[in-house]
Amino acid sequence: MANIIQVGMADLKLARAPDKLMTAGLGSCIGICIIDRQIKLACLAHIMLPSSELAKNAENKAKFADSALEVVLEEMLKNGANRSRLQAKMAGGAQMFKFSGESDIMKIGERNAVSVEAHLNNHRIPILARDTGGNYGRTITFDAETGELLVRTIGHGERII
Amino acid sequence: MVDNYGELSGIQLDALKEIGNIGAGNAATALAQMVRAKIDMTVPKVKILPFTEVPDLIGGADLHVVGIYFNVQGQAPSNILFILAVDKACLLIDMLLGRAPGETTVENLDELEMSAMMELGNILSATYLNSLAMFTNLKFIPSVPALGIDMAGAVLDAILAQFGEVADHVLVLETEFTKDDQDVVGHFFLLPEPGSLDTILTALGVNF
Repeated sequence: MANIIQVGMADLKLARAPDKLMTAGLGSCIGICIIDRQIKLACLAHIMLPSSELAKNAENKAKFADSALEVVLEEMLKNGANRSRLQAKMAGGAQMFKFSGESDIMKIGERNAVSVEAHLNNHRIPILARDTGGNYGRTITFDAETGELLVRTIGHGERII
Repeated sequence: MVDNYGELSGIQLDALKEIGNIGAGNAATALAQMVRAKIDMTVPKVKILPFTEVPDLIGGADLHVVGIYFNVQGQAPSNILFILAVDKACLLIDMLLGRAPGETTVENLDELEMSAMMELGNILSATYLNSLAMFTNLKFIPSVPALGIDMAGAVLDAILAQFGEVADHVLVLETEFTKDDQDVVGHFFLLPEPGSLDTILTALGVNF
């Protein structure tokens, strides 16, 4: 029996096939999905903010793109993954509200996406697919067996990337 | 400095609850006048929640909702979010626009309907902030409303992200509005920005 493991906001979890990882209602947050296809080990992190550097409280590492990715890598390697086999997919980073005088806070989705990409590049993890931006939320399910990422939305279709 | 919401004392929580009570009471009256129906409200709950649990409060991160959001400037910057399930929002719009119940559906939510919702949000937040201002002698200046129709989690996370740099928990003042004893109309959240809570508590005379 395959389980669907729920990942909350500012949280990260690992799963082995046939299990799947799921996180609901990504707005400006981003779901970072990392997989080692050979051993079918997957990880999903639901990050909220681009960087832990300026944060006054960075205790929860899963909250920030940079620190979350470090924990993800550490956990994946500890559980038998090979660094050179890691592949990534990402989704989220929408802009949910529009104001006339837009502040940086409101562009957080875009900043999150840029930061996640940069950190994945730094760690030399190839990004196989992405579904970011727009002004709508996403619920994603990451299959540890196939590496498929199912993206569901309200009114903007459903797709597998 | 109240950095950690877990350190709030009983008397401080009670003071916050009382503001919530009166603020939301006035807001419920305004709402009732607008839709010409009796609106009840629950005694507000003051909750200190980790981020992860906030979507569950309104029925899950996946729920299709309408969120009306205000950024509040002034001496104690805060955020206000009025959130309700999309089908309930449609019923409210029917009432506001004098339509037969069920006439407005998710599919025909257009500019007029959105505008009605935003106006509703305006009135609710203004009444609420008036009470808060009266109690605290602080000035609160709400932004224009921003409307989001989507998954609850998605609507919430853009707002919660502002708190993310300093905290893992948020203080939520939550009131449910109900109509005809059963229909949950919506949730009203006041989310003071970190530091603002201190200002509000001091103004209330309970910051010790």
